[in-house]
Amino acid sequence: MPKRTDIEKILIIGSGAIIIGQACEFDYSGTQACKALKEEGYEITLVNSNPATIMTDPDFADQTYIEPITADTVELVIAKERPQALLPTLGGQTALNVSVELAESGVLEKYGVELIGAKLPAIQKAEDRALFKEAMTKIGLAVPQSGIAHSVQEALAIIEQIGFPAIIRPAFTLGGTGGGIAYNIEEYEKMVTAGLALSPISELLIEESVIGWKEFELEVMRDGADNVVIICSIENVDAMGVHTGDSITVAPIQTLTDKEYQLMRDSAIKIIREIGVDTGGSNIQFAVDPKTGKQVVIEMNPRVSRSSALASKATGFPIAKIAAKLAVGYNLDEIPNDITAETPACFEPTIDYVVVKIPRWAFEKFQGTDETLTTQMKSVGEAMAIGRTFKEALQKGLRSLETGWSGLDNHPLDALPLSELPSKLSIPNVKRIFYIKAALARGMSIEEIYAYTHIDPFFLYNLKEIVDFEKILSEPDTRQHIEQRLQGSGISHAPSDYETNGAVTKKLLHQAKQFGFSDRQLGDIYDVSEEAIRECRKGLGIEATFKTVDTCAAEFEAETPYYYSTCSSEDEVRPSDKPKIMILGGGPNRIGQGIEFDYCCVHAALALKTDGYETIMVNSNPETVSTDYDTSDRLYFEPLTCEDVLNIYHKEKPSGVIVQFGGQTPLNLALSLKDAGVPIIGTSPEDIARSEDRQLFKAVLDDIGLMQSPNGTATSSEEAAPIAAALGYPVIVRPSYVLGGRAMQIVYDEELLHEYMQTAVQASPEHPVLIDKYLEEAIEVDVDAISDGNLTVIGGIMEHIEEAGIHSGDSDCVLPPYTLVDEQIENLKTFTYALAKALRVRGLMNVQYAIKNDEIYVLEVNPRASRTIPFVSKAIGVPLAKLAARVMAGKTLAEVGFTREIEPAYFSVKAPVFPFNRFPGSNTRLGPEMKSTGEVMGIDTDVSRAFAKAQKACGYTLPLSGKVFISVKNKDKRAIIFIAKKLTDMGFELIATHGTAKVLLRNGMESELVFSIGKGRPTIHDYIKNHAVDLIINTPTGDLHRPNELLIREMAIAHDIPIFSTIPGAAAAVNAIDALQRGDITVTPLQDYFQMLQ
Amino acid sequence: MTAILALADGTIFEGEQFGATGETLGEVVFNTSMTGYQEVLTDPSYKGQIVTMTYPLIGNYGCNEADVESIGPQVEGFVVREYSAYYSNWRSKWSLDSYLSEHGIIGIQGIDTRALTRRLRVHGVMNGCLSTEDLNPKHLVEKAKAWRGLVGWDLVQRVTCPSSYAWQKSCQSSVISRQLQEGSVTSTNISLTENRKPKTENYKVVALDFGIKYNILRQLTEHGCQVQVVPAKTTAEEILAAEPDGVFLSNGPGDPMPVDYAIETIQGLIGKKPLFGICLGHQLLGLALGGKTFKLKFGHRGANQPVKHLETDRVEITSQNHGFCVDIDSLPNSVDVTHINLNDDTLEGIQHRAYPIFSVQYHPEASPGPHDASYLFSRFTEMMDEC
Repeated sequence: MPKRTDIEKILIIGSGAIIIGQACEFDYSGTQACKALKEEGYEITLVNSNPATIMTDPDFADQTYIEPITADTVELVIAKERPQALLPTLGGQTALNVSVELAESGVLEKYGVELIGAKLPAIQKAEDRALFKEAMTKIGLAVPQSGIAHSVQEALAIIEQIGFPAIIRPAFTLGGTGGGIAYNIEEYEKMVTAGLALSPISELLIEESVIGWKEFELEVMRDGADNVVIICSIENVDAMGVHTGDSITVAPIQTLTDKEYQLMRDSAIKIIREIGVDTGGSNIQFAVDPKTGKQVVIEMNPRVSRSSALASKATGFPIAKIAAKLAVGYNLDEIPNDITAETPACFEPTIDYVVVKIPRWAFEKFQGTDETLTTQMKSVGEAMAIGRTFKEALQKGLRSLETGWSGLDNHPLDALPLSELPSKLSIPNVKRIFYIKAALARGMSIEEIYAYTHIDPFFLYNLKEIVDFEKILSEPDTRQHIEQRLQGSGISHAPSDYETNGAVTKKLLHQAKQFGFSDRQLGDIYDVSEEAIRECRKGLGIEATFKTVDTCAAEFEAETPYYYSTCSSEDEVRPSDKPKIMILGGGPNRIGQGIEFDYCCVHAALALKTDGYETIMVNSNPETVSTDYDTSDRLYFEPLTCEDVLNIYHKEKPSGVIVQFGGQTPLNLALSLKDAGVPIIGTSPEDIARSEDRQLFKAVLDDIGLMQSPNGTATSSEEAAPIAAALGYPVIVRPSYVLGGRAMQIVYDEELLHEYMQTAVQASPEHPVLIDKYLEEAIEVDVDAISDGNLTVIGGIMEHIEEAGIHSGDSDCVLPPYTLVDEQIENLKTFTYALAKALRVRGLMNVQYAIKNDEIYVLEVNPRASRTIPFVSKAIGVPLAKLAARVMAGKTLAEVGFTREIEPAYFSVKAPVFPFNRFPGSNTRLGPEMKSTGEVMGIDTDVSRAFAKAQKACGYTLPLSGKVFISVKNKDKRAIIFIAKKLTDMGFELIATHGTAKVLLRNGMESELVFSIGKGRPTIHDYIKNHAVDLIINTPTGDLHRPNELLIREMAIAHDIPIFSTIPGAAAAVNAIDALQRGDITVTPLQDYFQMLQ
Repeated sequence: MTAILALADGTIFEGEQFGATGETLGEVVFNTSMTGYQEVLTDPSYKGQIVTMTYPLIGNYGCNEADVESIGPQVEGFVVREYSAYYSNWRSKWSLDSYLSEHGIIGIQGIDTRALTRRLRVHGVMNGCLSTEDLNPKHLVEKAKAWRGLVGWDLVQRVTCPSSYAWQKSCQSSVISRQLQEGSVTSTNISLTENRKPKTENYKVVALDFGIKYNILRQLTEHGCQVQVVPAKTTAEEILAAEPDGVFLSNGPGDPMPVDYAIETIQGLIGKKPLFGICLGHQLLGLALGGKTFKLKFGHRGANQPVKHLETDRVEITSQNHGFCVDIDSLPNSVDVTHINLNDDTLEGIQHRAYPIFSVQYHPEASPGPHDASYLFSRFTEMMDEC
């Protein structure tokens, strides 16, 4: 079928803020869809609250609504734009859920909007556990025994049938939130209660456990003519019981015979037909009994997913792009395969390499929570690696994670008592792969490890091969050979000896490379630097070679240059002689470094392409837009380590390399790359280092006469105490060797300081601890600027709503500032210009200031792309990252046309989104260590309404009436009076504990009294559980020994009750409620706001 | 042990031996299936060929007694990137190494199979010599150059059955079905056809064996056929004397042109019995009908070839294994083109306008590969019903 001409305008819904289980893969899919449909001439309306996405760039849609993704808001967009169709399958679970809501409530029918891709019945059939089970039974496929429960009672009846262990899956929750495995009745009841609360329809699927079975996934596509193809097959290394998002996975399937694979393929085709997904992609999961081969269907996602993004990157087949084209009527055989150009997209990609995906977790940020991996996803990002063997891909994947490993390294765990290994192996955890290594190294058999882990022996054997080979490398004979070679001179005498030694060493190193060992790993074995290994290996002619990802295992010639490295005999890369620039990406997502940096890298590629450069992208994150082969001219899917980057550099010889856009990852490589002769463009690595080194930076500030908060440096606990005392508590403490707020804390007294020094960090002369006077109740301001070396232009000044001391990534902020006076703003600008000059910035720069008692302090300067660049770009209508990339490549700001600062006549509010619901038991208090996974943006001409929109986009609906619980620390009692007064004026009722109630009463406000925890009932906990409170204002005392406050926060989060923990935050919320009471929210596309700037 | 693969163009690949030792000659071809190496090894159509798998890890799930397409491995040699010495699957019986070694097939691993594949794609398939005995690359290249090659060689004689036999239901299919059934679901879609119950009617089918794959026989049986397998040189008269309801023309190795006796036989059957041909059977039918065949540059070997069924406009993902092809422009007016390959627009299927005769270039019996085209077996029985 040719494309449909009866629709002209299509609504696409994005996935909102980055959260666990829903990350930049939906920006990748959404961006592809927008591009694909625009290319076909359709008008695109987009709704997505996440400003850090490429898809919300104004060029990708005709109307870009950065608005909350809720049914009522999307309805406003529909009423205004009147699209004929809604494509619900590309924005993750968020878009699917909202689309279902709009369809079920009749909104779509009312406005004549057709669901394309998947119709309502198909979505319901796939998502509703009972309907899905029924459908599977109908087509003769087995599913695990299960029952549906809507209450604890029903759940208890089901467990009688199924027995333990049992899996609990709440319906319609993301990434399996609230799910888990229960081994006993006590656990079961707890999980059932929690699950029922989390499921929006209070429904649970209780399932027979297939824990320990092998887990597989197929990515399936179907077109309107009922052609069905399998794009990719994936085998999970971790057995059933660990969420696929938390599993190490491999593509393609490794341990099924063709007979079994085809059986699974037949099932998948039947399933997509029976469920009735009209067109597009679906992900189907299977479990296979390793003893009998019995296959059961686990679940199906009738939409593109994290796995489909992985499958797209793993095969070169762009699932989302093709899905979008199918949704408007094309058939698979009418769409060309971009990679080969000559063959159609109607085929099944075949690959001639092994792809390994490894999750990255952030448990260090959420101490106190259970780190066991279960059916509920907890990872925040992932790295993908490609190699010609599983061993190579796995080791590349491990070093891509950037968690300090350079492969399947020797580990401190090696010293673990043998007796502890069984439990470490049998309870899935973040470091299990290293425990397996430790077990293998000590001679535990594959069979025994299998018994503990249920990881297929095939994978265990491959791990064993790595371990065994490492042993060979460490043997005295081998050592002698290689060490002689490394020393060069040590080898004697006769040239023939030298040759023999060369041949032996070459063979060993060649095999090491084929097993994926990095130079650093080898350096560790021989106690030499990775550079020494590199020199030795290159001397022997062992170089990385590059192969192409071509969808067809070399059967056809590939048009698209998408490469990975391996150690082999043939290199397929033919570098061009065009001027080219290489951009280093950010690697796997983590807290503090995610989509914002990918956005910047993508912008750099797009801008430099238009300036005539050939762009080369290097990244290892399969979720991103940057790793779309369409984004840059050449894509290298590689780990971001010095060795891997140098391999590409030496092959391509670009005239410039950008390290300032991918966050900390490429920045960490800057100096060693520069030392190796790589031309880093933009602000020099030395100047960047100058901003990070405390002493050097102090000199910079002193030179231009700027103030820092008083501070000191301690190398031991003993040293720290007098420094802190001299500065005066509270102080902010942090290790000097990490960034992004890791292990950064506000400390209120000496006891806590000692505790911090002893437990949180190991201070030493090499790793001193930095102690800053904490500027209490200061206003924090972020400034993003761009400089060409002469001229500096401010992109945006963002005033934080929360006071200084809360990580800037975790604060709400407003652009332009809403309480600062002109004089302060002018000063901030002047300071920023001076800093840019002093640090010789060429490109982007971010400065964080604190304003206290009319004094401006510099907190931090980062002469590189910051997390706020996409937000600012969208707020001011200027693509700062694009301009910066062009400036870095040599243009002036005048040449790129940005010489004047923009002050929008509307307000943009950025609000963070937290993953606390995934980490029960962890500290939910905000502080200097960043904990949010993503952010949203609210825009309005009124600052309070913009704040209200941002809150709504975060998932908090501010109440317009009801009860407010107020409990504040003594210092805030004065400030809360005005807030409370305003709330009562607006018609809210107040709830307070004794102390606060008394203060309120003295100021003429009645409140309902609750008991403090432990002093009687009811307490606020009872109110929360009964949903008898609508808003909570609770400012913590900062005393970590008061767990009750934490519990309030945790419970409020679990029950979705908006909670504000700072006075400025509460004030903003109250103003927002006031604005909402005064009138309904309206929606406006970004394009209209930008008109206002003209 | 070192092994060397030398191509006639002088390219040398040095790797490690697995399986048997010795020396072998053949046409070097590549297969892009990611699963199904045992089926590939035992497919008689690979006679005369040294097969390289483009998927780099081979041997992962071992070998078993069920996933065979003939009595044993048929390839002349086997080339992989990494042989997995450890195998893991609930059905596996032997390692691939011991399987090949027992059947005298030389394997080589540890070479850059992608470089080899690219060479074959660019320059076309070429003759090669694989040896663990003579490790002098020059000698091996000379041997490869001197080898006769497949064109004009009747390889069917090396793989056809010596005498006629009746295919028993129990021969092979039951082993797989039983194993899969025991493991799998109660309601079983596991039989290798799509959920179809064997018909009660019995069709008498004569299958001309040019190197027939067992799964064709299993499929025919599951579709209610009683199959008598006969040697390739069986004449039309002999076949007609058996009074079959239909005649099946099997797959097989090599060049169809020298198999003139079969072309003659087929000509004697046209218009007399329903005919269904697969692969070489399709090519021989094409020649019998007056068409021409030609050699493809590097053939189609894999499990992901898109074929369009022109009647329904639907696309089937098919399993293929052929180096020769019927020229679409050479077809007489008496036949219609029913299937074409979407990758290169070559001919994939024909049907006679007057008689119940059809054939496909690809492998609807799969094994290895997708089951998308298994409807063709029903079509054959329907044809026999109509006669």
